[in-house]
Amino acid sequence: MKLKWGIPIALSACVLAALFIGALLVKEVMGDSTSYIPRKIDATSEQIARGAYLAQIGNCSGCHTMPGGEPYAGGKGVSTPFGTIYAGNLTPDPATGIGSWGANDFYRALHEGRSRDGRLLYPAFPYPNISLTTREDSDAIYAFLMNRVAPVKRESTAHTLRFPFNNQLALAAWRLLYFTPTAYQPDATQSVSWNRGAYLVQGLAHCGACHSTRNALGAPIAGHAYDGAMMPLNDWYAPSLTARNEASVADWEIAQISAWLKHGISERGTALGPMAEVVYQSTQHLRDDDAQAMATYLKALAPSATPLTTNAAASRKADAQSEKLYVDHCSKCHGDKGEGKPGAFPALAGNRAVTMANTTNLIRVVLAGGFAPATTGNPQPHGMPPYYHLLSDAEIAKLLTFVRSSWGNNAAAVTDLDMVKYRNALRTP
Amino acid sequence: MKISDLRVGVARVATAAIALLLAAHCTAQTALSFDAMTERLEACIACHGKEGRTINAEYLPRIAGKPAGYLYNQLVNFRDGRRNNAVMSHLLQPLSDAYLREIAQYFSALDLPYPPPQAPKVSADALRLGETLVLRGDASRKLPACSRCHGTPMTGVTPAIPGLLGLPSAYLSAQLGAWRAGQRRAHAPDCMGEMAKSLTPDDINAVASWLAAQPVPSISKPIASLPAPLPIRCGGVPQ
Repeated sequence: MKLKWGIPIALSACVLAALFIGALLVKEVMGDSTSYIPRKIDATSEQIARGAYLAQIGNCSGCHTMPGGEPYAGGKGVSTPFGTIYAGNLTPDPATGIGSWGANDFYRALHEGRSRDGRLLYPAFPYPNISLTTREDSDAIYAFLMNRVAPVKRESTAHTLRFPFNNQLALAAWRLLYFTPTAYQPDATQSVSWNRGAYLVQGLAHCGACHSTRNALGAPIAGHAYDGAMMPLNDWYAPSLTARNEASVADWEIAQISAWLKHGISERGTALGPMAEVVYQSTQHLRDDDAQAMATYLKALAPSATPLTTNAAASRKADAQSEKLYVDHCSKCHGDKGEGKPGAFPALAGNRAVTMANTTNLIRVVLAGGFAPATTGNPQPHGMPPYYHLLSDAEIAKLLTFVRSSWGNNAAAVTDLDMVKYRNALRTP
Repeated sequence: MKISDLRVGVARVATAAIALLLAAHCTAQTALSFDAMTERLEACIACHGKEGRTINAEYLPRIAGKPAGYLYNQLVNFRDGRRNNAVMSHLLQPLSDAYLREIAQYFSALDLPYPPPQAPKVSADALRLGETLVLRGDASRKLPACSRCHGTPMTGVTPAIPGLLGLPSAYLSAQLGAWRAGQRRAHAPDCMGEMAKSLTPDDINAVASWLAAQPVPSISKPIASLPAPLPIRCGGVPQ
């Protein structure tokens, strides 16, 4: 008897659950067309200037302007593990840009991740962060884009996402699981500056988009904010902003942190790789008070429990050949004892970019080199030469093992195996 | 006019002059010494050779002594994706136009001896074809001679047209091939792209081999101007 009714009841429960989830998905896809009351914006020159500034701090053009292309006309691809997503046209062209959008449509895109036509946007556009942007700031950015950017007729490039990620229902499911539009909630126990910093770091500047661990579906994981993450297809590592042995700034002076954000260089370190681009395109334009606010917030981030690792490097002491490689190729700039030259060549002794457990950036910078960003504070930066054509994988592994275990550095060896993937990823000509 | 008026006038002019000087000082980057630039540009020198002379790699061109405007255009084109080379593009991403201009001037100002010409590895017929295309062009195919734009001595024209001598033939043919395939581009109108698309692979091989076999004249500097206007419009080249 029990068995006779058990199956239909279970089936009915499944059907009801499916209907409920289906209804939620449909509601998510359809959106809510009545939640925003259209509001006319009067664009003052002050508002437009503020919008231009905020667009820079959000580094909107980092994705929405093609290298060498027309400003904000979109088209740059963002590679993700699910396929490539192409940034849209933000110029005021009515047909292909945002020329026919109202300020409320624009705010809905930032806050809800939804296009004017109600279509769900992919979170490669970092709306889970940018959702925090206030209506006032959104209106300023909108006023800037509409009034100061030349309209460009350019149809959006179609995303090349794999099934099932190319489906709005799948995206709706992702959003039900991982996204809720959020306004910034000030913390009354913290200073005005800390709150401003939190608003920018968590929101518009979207630092966590790279520096926070994501799950297999590309969503942030609770408790893992700013704990460092691989940039999957770019093969750089965005180091932890909370671990003291990575890129935490807890023991930096506020002035050093804000100088680093504005100039890409301070006594404590130099921006590198994708971060050099972020400084160049975005943070060098920070007003002093905002740079200090971001510094205040970043300095106060709760330190992660990552233990200061010491490794068995001593037992794998680098040999004489490794030291010779260092003397021949590196010591001219970085010094006989890895002491560097302040303002020019980073010290390697005690440098966390050298000793970090994740060696991605270290290997990449030796293979491909790199310049610090050109900024007002450092307009003629020094550059590290590429060595992909001068040193073999085995030589680089030996050299880096030497650097990671000398002058007080005590980090694990770099192996030949570590090198293989970067050689391929570099795609040298 | 009273003396006091004159004094006020002089003071005003002096103040304006000082203000102008200050403004100039604040807007322009302080020019660095040669040594200070050398220290900064190790990243360039590692591949393009000490003082901009090429190292022993056929696809890495000499950049010393090329016209500054040409070098600047190439730096911008690499940074902005009109030329494709993963290493160059990566290196230049965070650099400003102002700094790229200084880098171009640094390498352009170098005056260094050239290597001897390469012994040609192609047939005499191919060399004859190369010579014809370079010096006379081919009117039937509407191909102007290379020297019409790159100068009769083929050492380039200031500020933005490069010389064609003293370069390895592998580099020259790779560049012409890249122009032809649209992998190397310049500011529109892209005159070199148009030219290269009119060349066959045999033409390219012939032109590259003949050019690489020519000695660089004792006056290796780019010439100041061309005797006649360019036969075709070129973006990035003042006309």
